[in-house]
Parts: sequence; C-alpha cells; structure tokens
Amino acid sequence: MTKAETPVSPVGSAPSLRLGGDFRHAGRPLFSGLDLPVAAGRWTCLLGPSGVGKSTILRLFADLDTGGSFDGEISASDGAPVAGRVAFMAQTDLLAPWLDVMGNVTLGSRLRGERIDRARARDLIERVGLADHVEKAPARLSGGMRQRVALARVLMEDRPIVLLDEPFAALDARTRAEMQDLAFDTLKGRTVLLVTHDPAEAVRLGHRIFILAESGLSEIEAPALDPVRPVEAQETMDMQVRLFRALRGEPA
Amino acid sequence: MSAGRAFSEEVTRLQRVRDAVLAAGVALALWQAVVWVTAVPPFILPGPWRVAESLVANAGLIAENAWVTIAEVMIGLVLGAVLGAATALHLMMSPLARRLALPIMVFSQAVPVFALAPILTLWFGYGMASKIAMALLIIYFPVVSTFYDGLRRTDPGLLDLARTMGAPPARTLLFLRLPAALPAFGSGLRLAAVYAPIGAVIGEWVGASKGLGYLMLLANGRAKTDLMFASLFVLALFAVVLYAAVSAFTRRMTRWSSETTDGA
Repeated sequence: MTKAETPVSPVGSAPSLRLGGDFRHAGRPLFSGLDLPVAAGRWTCLLGPSGVGKSTILRLFADLDTGGSFDGEISASDGAPVAGRVAFMAQTDLLAPWLDVMGNVTLGSRLRGERIDRARARDLIERVGLADHVEKAPARLSGGMRQRVALARVLMEDRPIVLLDEPFAALDARTRAEMQDLAFDTLKGRTVLLVTHDPAEAVRLGHRIFILAESGLSEIEAPALDPVRPVEAQETMDMQVRLFRALRGEPA
Repeated sequence: MSAGRAFSEEVTRLQRVRDAVLAAGVALALWQAVVWVTAVPPFILPGPWRVAESLVANAGLIAENAWVTIAEVMIGLVLGAVLGAATALHLMMSPLARRLALPIMVFSQAVPVFALAPILTLWFGYGMASKIAMALLIIYFPVVSTFYDGLRRTDPGLLDLARTMGAPPARTLLFLRLPAALPAFGSGLRLAAVYAPIGAVIGEWVGASKGLGYLMLLANGRAKTDLMFASLFVLALFAVVLYAAVSAFTRRMTRWSSETTDGA
C-alpha cells in the first residue's frame, strides 16, 4: 500500500472492475446475466429502486456476506483480487460511539494492529474540515460532520477502490451537496462505485451512470460535462429528467 | 447552555434527595403510628425508635457481623463478574464452547441457587467460602448472559466495516465487540449488585457463625426483634450503597453511551 504525506490521488494504480453473473436469494433470482463495468479512476453511479440488488453488488465487490448465492465473476483489470483493496462508506456513518473523531479515523490501523499514523489522520481530519473536532465524540457531532468523519476514515484507509452505499442519503440538501463536492474532490483518481436512488446525485457525480431495475441493467449516457456538474446547467437538468423517466420505466 | 443544564440538573437532584427524605420520614411516622395505635408487643413489631436504640446499643456487634457479610458480598461480586465476563468472552470466541456449554448453562438455571446452599455449606464449610460461592453462583449467570448478549449484538454494519478493513477476528472482538458490549455488561453488573447480598445472606441462613444473616436469625430466635430490624436496616443500607457505587462505576465505564441517548 502506498503511504503519502498528503492524500495524493492514486491515479494509475486504481484498476477498473467488472462484475458479471447471476445472483439468487432464497431460491429466487435477484439478477441474472448482469455485466457491470466500473471504470478505473472514475465515478460510476448505480441507480435504481430499492430491492433490485444494488447493495448486493457492493457487498459482492467488498466480499461481504450477502445472504444469497452468486454465480459469476468479479475481476479487476490488473488481475489482482478486488476484496482487500476496498474502502466502504454506508448511509449510516458507522462511527464507534466510544471513540473520538481521531479514534474513529484511525480505527482501521487499530483493528489490523498496525502503527497508528496520527499526523496523517490529523491532516485528513483537517482536509474534511473537522480540525476543531479531533477529540470530540461522535454523539457531539451533527449528521453531516459524522459523515465527514466517515469520509476521513475512508481516506485514511487509502484504498484504490471505494464503494459508496448511499452515503449522502440521510443528509439535508445543502449538507448533501457539500459532502458530494468534498467526496468527489478527495476521492479523485480512485475507482468509485456509488449506489444511490437519487437521480440528481447520479447526474451530479457520475462519469458513467447505470440503472438497475427488475428488467436488468442499462446504461444511460452521461452528459459531456465533467462532474461535479453544476445543477443549473441545461444538460444537467435535461439529464435529470431523462433519468427520472428511465427510473419510472418510461421511454427516455 | 451547558451551565444552564448543569444548574437544572443540580436542582432536580436536590429535589430528589428532598423527596426521598420526605418519603422516608412519612414511612417512619406511619410505622410508629401503627405501633402506637395497635399496641403490638415489641417482639412482634418494634417501633422505629426502639430499632434505632437497638442499633446504637449493639453497634459493635452489628458492625463486626456486617464486615463479614460485606466482605463475602464484595469478593463474590468481583469473582462472579470476572468469571462471568471471561465465560462470555470464551463463548464468543469458541463455537465448541458455545455448543457444549450454552445448553448446560441454560439448564443449570432451572436449579434454584437457594437449593444449592446446603450443599455448598457441606462442601465449603461454615466460614466465608460457602457464602462467597453462593454470591458468585447467584450472579454468574446474569453476568454471562447480559455480557454475551451484548457481545453478539454488535452493529452488523460495524462488523462489515471491520471486515473490509482486514481486521482479524480476535482484534474485532477486542476493539469492536467488547467496547460495544460494555453497556450490556454494565446492566449485568447492576443486576449482580442486587443479587450478590441475597446470595450471601441465604448462605448465612443455612449455616454460619458470623454475618448479618446469621445475626438476624440469632436475634429472631431470641425474640430480639429490634436487633433483627437493626441488622436488616444495616444490610439494606449496604445493598443500596453497593448498588449506587456499581451504578456510578458502570456509568463511568460507558459514559459515551449516555451521551448518545442525550443527543447532547
């Protein structure tokens, strides 16, 4: 793993990913014949209604328990296994309430029994704008600040692949936009797979945008504009309408 | 804002103490009134004043026996908590221990611990050891079951996170499951603080030559009901102080947990 003084974007080291196959849960197929490419060093957004298997796909990439059986292949472009090179951020911040901000950001090192690089953690906490809160307990932080801690923890892990499971869904609109900007900025160069059910979020952040529905996976071509896309741009608004229609199963 | 909150907390605590003193005063007055009105003989029901006189007159005797009971309870409590915590951790780490020991432990709860007191006296004698064993046995299962339950109920999201971080199971247990289970362990300890004195006193009733339970039986047998009540009062006082101390300790241990519920 590369260790840097400041979080340098690991461009070139982040592989592209591919997940292909069938997934069955309780005897019933959740998806079959799926083929999802995740672009190297880019943001891929996976959009769709609840219960079609978006989170299952993330969990498969992260090698977490899915409660079902997967028949297929998960691969990275560099041939190395995907699991073990993944950082994970969920809708709930998953902060340990007994640890302060510093303790939560350095949780990974503590869990692996590695030396704890407090200077680097401090840098990253500063980077997400929480320099004044290093020693605060999560209970004393707002929801937005807690997600910032979770982001700093992801950055501390410094993995080339980042899986985001609706991490901004529980935030208010303004905080969400701020967090999206911050996450996009700090995770630059990493291979990011973002699961969301918010078309506006996918339009803002996705280099590539996929919709997963009961009928299967389809790609909606993203606007030519580079993310993070301004909300007020005409292309962004048009795209949002198209995505919304596609989500409802209407012709684009 | 925090100063205002501290102030209001202080007021409510003062109010609570005042209310408690008031309630105790009313209860004592009622007690004395019943004694006067019904004119029951003192060996059936002595009045609170008579009990207080007996407490002062027998202070040395009561203190001597109280220390024995206190020592039994404290040693039993510490041993039971340590053994219980170790058992819960072991159950968590070893599937084999879970399969073998859990059914036995659950079944053993069908045996009332009181019923074991004569056997424990037979095995460990009339001294403190049998009472310590009673206190230990009576708190062991509550400690094991609450702590083990807490260890098992770690937020699955946190466990997923630990897995993606590449944490070995032993360190996940030590750094995630264990601290997350401390509030549950705390409620187990508070239960233990309530049960341990019961265990020790039952042990003393079955066979002892010292202790508050022994003194109560002795006083009862000689119709010194005022001494019996005085001993009971000291026992109750100790139980309350013990519970308060254990509560304060567990609150300190899991301060973060109450912060979460406050929302601060």
